[in-house]
Amino acid sequence: MTISRLGVIAGMLLSASVATAADITPAVVFDMGGKFDKSFNQGVYDGVERFKAESGIEYREFEVTNETQREQAIRRMAQRGANPILGVGFAQAGPMETVAKEFPDVKFTLIDGVVDLPNVQSVVFKEQEGSFLVGLLAAMASSNQSVGFVGGMDIPLIRRFACGFEQGAKHASAQVDVVQNMTGTTPSAWNDPGRGSELAKGQFDRGVDVIYAAAGGTGVGVYQAAKDGGKLAIGVDSNQNYLHPGTMLTSMLKRVDVAAYNAFKDAMNDTWEPGMKVLGLAEEGVGWALDENNESLITDEMKAAVDAAAASIVAGDITVHDYMSDNTCTY
Amino acid sequence: MDTLASLFAILDATLRVSAPLILAAMAGLYSERSGIVDISLEGKMLASAFAAGAVAALSGSAWPALGAGIMVGIALGLVHGFACITHRGNQVVSGLAINILASGLTVVLGIAWFSQGGQTPSLASEARFMPLELPFADAAQVIPIIGPFYHDVISGHNFLVYVAWLAVLATWWVVYRTRFGLRLRAVGENPLAVDTAGLSVSGLRYRAVIICGALAGVAGTYLSIAQNAAFVREMTAGQGYIALAALIFGKWKPLPAMLACLMFGFLDALAIRLQGVELPLIGEVPVQAIQALPYVLTVILLAGFIGRAIAPKAVGIPYLKER
Repeated sequence: MTISRLGVIAGMLLSASVATAADITPAVVFDMGGKFDKSFNQGVYDGVERFKAESGIEYREFEVTNETQREQAIRRMAQRGANPILGVGFAQAGPMETVAKEFPDVKFTLIDGVVDLPNVQSVVFKEQEGSFLVGLLAAMASSNQSVGFVGGMDIPLIRRFACGFEQGAKHASAQVDVVQNMTGTTPSAWNDPGRGSELAKGQFDRGVDVIYAAAGGTGVGVYQAAKDGGKLAIGVDSNQNYLHPGTMLTSMLKRVDVAAYNAFKDAMNDTWEPGMKVLGLAEEGVGWALDENNESLITDEMKAAVDAAAASIVAGDITVHDYMSDNTCTY
Repeated sequence: MDTLASLFAILDATLRVSAPLILAAMAGLYSERSGIVDISLEGKMLASAFAAGAVAALSGSAWPALGAGIMVGIALGLVHGFACITHRGNQVVSGLAINILASGLTVVLGIAWFSQGGQTPSLASEARFMPLELPFADAAQVIPIIGPFYHDVISGHNFLVYVAWLAVLATWWVVYRTRFGLRLRAVGENPLAVDTAGLSVSGLRYRAVIICGALAGVAGTYLSIAQNAAFVREMTAGQGYIALAALIFGKWKPLPAMLACLMFGFLDALAIRLQGVELPLIGEVPVQAIQALPYVLTVILLAGFIGRAIAPKAVGIPYLKER
């Protein structure tokens, strides 16, 4: 009797411990651009796929294809019992805030945006620090001393990339000219490769020979134009060096994959905490990509300079200005 | 860069940007002149862009891709015709349905076939229409102004840009100098008279929507394998509607419609180049102001200079033989 009771208790304990380790039904809501945008959403996709491969836990997913779907998608996930729910992109902040209030027991993680609620974890990146490093590389690789930036939609977040890039380029040499363009002011600016390629050609005509695109799908056109014109381009968010080996100087890495993976992993291990997480160079949340596709473009001198700059940023000797702190680019 | 060279660079970009608009406007011209409203230009371009991108990725060659783009354009044109001509459906509703179909189907098929989120794989140069150097482009450089103009602006475009120009001339010739063109215009103005003369209204209109589909197919092909190197979801970005606006702007006539397309293209190219440039006296103009410029100018031109645009009389009205 005692033994059998013990057995039952042990069994319950066992199932309980299994339950805490596996009893999550994670869900992810990708944003416009889709999970194979070769950029931001794809980084999240890589992260959640890694979680799935390691834990064997399936996740639910939804790809938002227009603005009105965000709130519905997040709410549907919550109603169907998904927990935690991972939202991707600053644009989901508003919808997530609404839904998170309705479901106070569900854990929400938002990547790239901030929602101040007790059941929401907000993960943001210091994009300016990663952009600073690629700006430095761009300026050193430019033979015309002229580098360019193509942003997607004109929002403060993208200006933050631009500002960091500019500061990095000027850090390499004060004489470097930085040309900046934004694709548009509506969300379609993330998906317009034709315009991206025209913007890139316009910058090349003005003497730019290294161009950094933070523009989602529009960037595809920028990189293609760089390849066709024999210029250099810099990818963003994911490692995009493989797109055009030989003309992709590097990529500014935003480790959204790590953030996405950690969100699910922490929820599984019950170590998930709400609040704000800021990932910069020191936390290895941002960085630059060096692999076999671009190693021939990065000289030892460039590598040494960028490593030194990264160390100075981590140590606090260089402060990279955050555009969103005061909406100006002064450094 | 000196002024002339930057002007040439803007004109060069104008031609690149306006080529798909011109093709689509000519496509719309055939359809609308025959009495069929075609707001499905956008959808036809998008579907053709996808077909061309997919075939180019699979075959590694641009010509089959162009063929596929045209075939898909024609197929959608026939769907539109079947709904509007044979079944006398509402032409706007049918067009809208095609746009929605194209917008959804391209992404679904793209995900199913290529697993890249609705994109088609990036194309190598062999699978695209690459810029062509016209004869004597380098030799002509010595002639002042005209030489560089020929070299920088006229030469160095891909095959489909030249096709777009030829399409305008061909359209003008067909519509105003051939028997088919006369009948086409007549069927859009007064189908009853055409019917009384013993001609088939449906036959003429079907021929018009087929030509329309083919030209829209070329426009879509241009987007995915000439201007860019892959299909990206929603890559038409409203260009079909702009082409339709240009057609109305140009009063349903080939040459004025082309000029309207060139104007839209020029304003777009200008907006791209003026971003972040220090202008004399004014200083750096805000991005938003530059981007609003094409729309502001369009309104001013439309209100002040173009005058009334009169549509073909029978456009949008299904033809019923006996009432």
